[in-house]
Amino acid sequence: MHRVEIEKLTKFYGERQVLDQIDLSVSDHEVVCLIGASGSGKSTLLRCINGLTEFDEGSIRIDGVDIYDESFGRTGLYKKVGIVFQAYNLFPTMSVLGNITLAPIKVHGRPRAEAEAAAMKLLDLFGLGQYAKSYPEQLSGGQQQRVAIVRSLATEPEVLLLDEVTAALDPELIGEVLKIIHDLKQTGMTMVIVTHEMAFARDVADRVCFLDGGRIIEQGAPRELFSKPENPRTQKFLQRIIESGRLAALV
Amino acid sequence: MTRRPGKGRRKIALKDRLTPVLISLASVVVVFGSIAWFVGSAPQWPRIQLQFFSIEAMVEAAPGVARGFLVSLQIWLVSLVCIGIWALILAIFRAMSGPWFAPLRVFAIVYVDLFRGLPALLLVLLLGFGIPALNLPGLPREGLFWGGVALILSYSAYATEVYRSGIEAVHEGQSMAAKSLGLTQWQTLRYAILPQALRNVVPAMLNLVVALQKDVALLSVLGVRDAVREAQIYTARTFNYSSLVVAAILFLLATIPLARLTDHLQRKDRQRRLQGAL
Ligand SMILES: Nc1ncnc2c1ncn2[C@@H]1O[C@H](COP(=O)(O)OP(=O)(O)OP(=O)(O)O)[C@@H](O)[C@H]1O
Ligand SMILES: [Mg+2]
Repeated sequence: MHRVEIEKLTKFYGERQVLDQIDLSVSDHEVVCLIGASGSGKSTLLRCINGLTEFDEGSIRIDGVDIYDESFGRTGLYKKVGIVFQAYNLFPTMSVLGNITLAPIKVHGRPRAEAEAAAMKLLDLFGLGQYAKSYPEQLSGGQQQRVAIVRSLATEPEVLLLDEVTAALDPELIGEVLKIIHDLKQTGMTMVIVTHEMAFARDVADRVCFLDGGRIIEQGAPRELFSKPENPRTQKFLQRIIESGRLAALV
Repeated sequence: MTRRPGKGRRKIALKDRLTPVLISLASVVVVFGSIAWFVGSAPQWPRIQLQFFSIEAMVEAAPGVARGFLVSLQIWLVSLVCIGIWALILAIFRAMSGPWFAPLRVFAIVYVDLFRGLPALLLVLLLGFGIPALNLPGLPREGLFWGGVALILSYSAYATEVYRSGIEAVHEGQSMAAKSLGLTQWQTLRYAILPQALRNVVPAMLNLVVALQKDVALLSVLGVRDAVREAQIYTARTFNYSSLVVAAILFLLATIPLARLTDHLQRKDRQRRLQGAL
């Protein structure tokens, strides 16, 4: 079954076309990585999927239901699809626990005690239990990003969108965040991941899509796409990454 | 996390730390001492002293001026609370997006343009004399009330802009995160944006607080017996201006600590931001 079905998705910012007839389906438990140069439309595509950005043409369905269908109500979509951003975007005036329980309590009406117990369980699961009472600015970037992931899991989404979640981190902190994502894959979480970490994409993805100029111009299993890309633009993109030294071990 | 920048300096000898302090003290004493000596030895000084700094007149005027100053403080505090709340409401109007809120947005914009564009004194005169003269039944007729309203109208326009800048300074990612969690526009403001915005605007707000403390004196034109008015009454009776100096001293005693506090908070705020940016 398809968790996410995107059809002919088209989006303009003013005159500028950012997404051009994107077709993409993500199956249950599948992990799809989106790669591509800066400005190719990766973030925009993610934000369309959970309704943060409106699009001009095409359709997006989650579990077969259009994301603008009334049956989602005001909050249904946000419960099904979670997103994590590059800059964590934790609320600095709230504790870690406050950040995580905000949506369960205020949006989904769960009793505070229940929401906090569930949040603590998640925090413990990800080795963050001791930081429940801390404030975001007291944590390292890696810890903040892990808290942000936990926050997006607190509403028990069925699809998780990750937008360059390690791009703002110091190299030594990237590993702990990537490990969580690997763990999530083990639990069967369906994920769409935008990343510049090609080695990570190769390891975690079931499928890699290469975006260029708002189009998916090539996709496939990571080993194939990375070792013998067919489209010359994909070749050029990967070539540049290899030359920059960030991808020596990839192929 | 908490670094103490001063710690490393503990080893410097007491003597080396005291020397700069002593030099500053000495130079201050020399500069201001010579000014005082120069002024004091001027031939007109005794007349000036009698007119403005007569201890006798000051003591005589002090109780009345102090009573007036208490009135000033009360007006100040009540206005502050009203301004803080009213301006916050206006700033929230301003921040709500979507077609349904257009009337509120427009109202807030027009309000700020209007009341920021008018001199506070003009508003005080207009409301303080104008409305009581209408003799409308059911409305208060005291100049004190309408003068206070004028101050609140005027200052809340500035305060709205301060709140607004605080709201706009909150990073866009915050509202995006809130929206992605399913929070409504109001919940986003209430839980994510406003707490940060309020923290951001404390120093700028304190500047307004100090400015308002002084502008309360505008109400004296309406006959409100605040510190300035009481001092004037004494002056009119005795042709001695020392009472105004008493009022001046009281104002300074109230505003200077506030200004120092503002500076201090601004400095701390800047440090916090710099650390956040690292
Ligand atoms: N709010 C916006 N208004 C106008 N143009 C935008 C907006 N957001 C993105 N764009 C433009 O849309 C294009 C695609 O942006 P997007 O952020 O989706 O790219 P990206 O692939 O995520 O890039 P990056 O790797 O730098 O994050 C870019 O050219 C960008 O300038
Ligand atoms: Mg992006």
